[in-house]
Amino acid sequence: MNPKVQTFLWIAQRASAALLGLCVLVHLVTMIYAVRGGLSAAEILGRTSGNVAWFAFYTVFVLAIAVHVPIGLRAVLIEWAGWRSRGRDVVLLCFAVFLVYGGMSAVKAVFR
Amino acid sequence: MNSLQVRVWRGGAAGAFQSFEVPRHASQTVLDVVTHIQRALDPTLAYRFACRVGMCGSCAMTVNGVPRWTCRTHVDKVCDQEKLEIAPLRNLPVIRDLVTDMREFFDKWARAKGSFQGSLTRKDHFSNIKPQSKGRVQVDAAIECIGCAVCYSACDVVAQNRDYLGPAALNRAWTLVKDERDESNVERLRAVAGDAGCHSCHTHMSCTEHCPKQLSPTAGIAGLKREVALGFLKGSL
Repeated sequence: MNPKVQTFLWIAQRASAALLGLCVLVHLVTMIYAVRGGLSAAEILGRTSGNVAWFAFYTVFVLAIAVHVPIGLRAVLIEWAGWRSRGRDVVLLCFAVFLVYGGMSAVKAVFR
Repeated sequence: MNSLQVRVWRGGAAGAFQSFEVPRHASQTVLDVVTHIQRALDPTLAYRFACRVGMCGSCAMTVNGVPRWTCRTHVDKVCDQEKLEIAPLRNLPVIRDLVTDMREFFDKWARAKGSFQGSLTRKDHFSNIKPQSKGRVQVDAAIECIGCAVCYSACDVVAQNRDYLGPAALNRAWTLVKDERDESNVERLRAVAGDAGCHSCHTHMSCTEHCPKQLSPTAGIAGLKREVALGFLKGSL
């Protein structure tokens, strides 16, 4: 892999980490508020359904995860498993697609 | 006279420790101990040294599990029970006893474009670089490397990723990246980017902790990450 692509991956992982820091904080505060406030599942869905702001927030969250996790796993696979062939990157790309699919399915389910 | 119980690595990678009893002296260095063993107890012991004053970087060994320059390491500093265990440096192939094969260590300096590429000829004037300029100060902080490979031996990333250039080669590249006279920085930044280069550093700081010259390769590697990222964003990488 050429230096440009590797540098791009490094920047993407750092940028997605910064985004995730913010997303996790908002997510945790929201969860604590929902639980401590005693909101029921129906009440939570009532607030998220059709709410474009929550949809946009969790879409960004899912995309940041789909960028961050495979790049981190790539380093783990190189250093811990010694996997250096191109097949590793193909598998990780598939994993990124799976994370987007799974994450967006959940986001769509609470948006409907 | 007090004596030291010393276990010394013998053989190649598949060798074993051999025990020796060495007379204890005041201000005795670990290199003094090894030299005594070779000269008085077993002349077949293989080890390297040259200057004995911390300049040449050839006498580094693993002392009680820690990579150190042995000529400047007093026994008092590393040994509180009169027992020493001396082994070759980690992360390098063992040739015999305490001697490692340093080729991959120095080959990586070449791979990191660790040689100066100037553009001036003997007919040009000297470059004027102010001692207090930012670049010069950054170079000064990293330039005193003696190539002892203590940092390379201490680095866990080298242990896990054999392609990784390592702290010393990257530190050398950093001193050249910040040298205004050097003309090959784009090639150098390309050479030090990626899985084998600065992006693999985990910032464990083992290199910085163990460097006998108190340099911080970690800071240089962080600097390289910044320069590579800037090069990428400006489109010059």
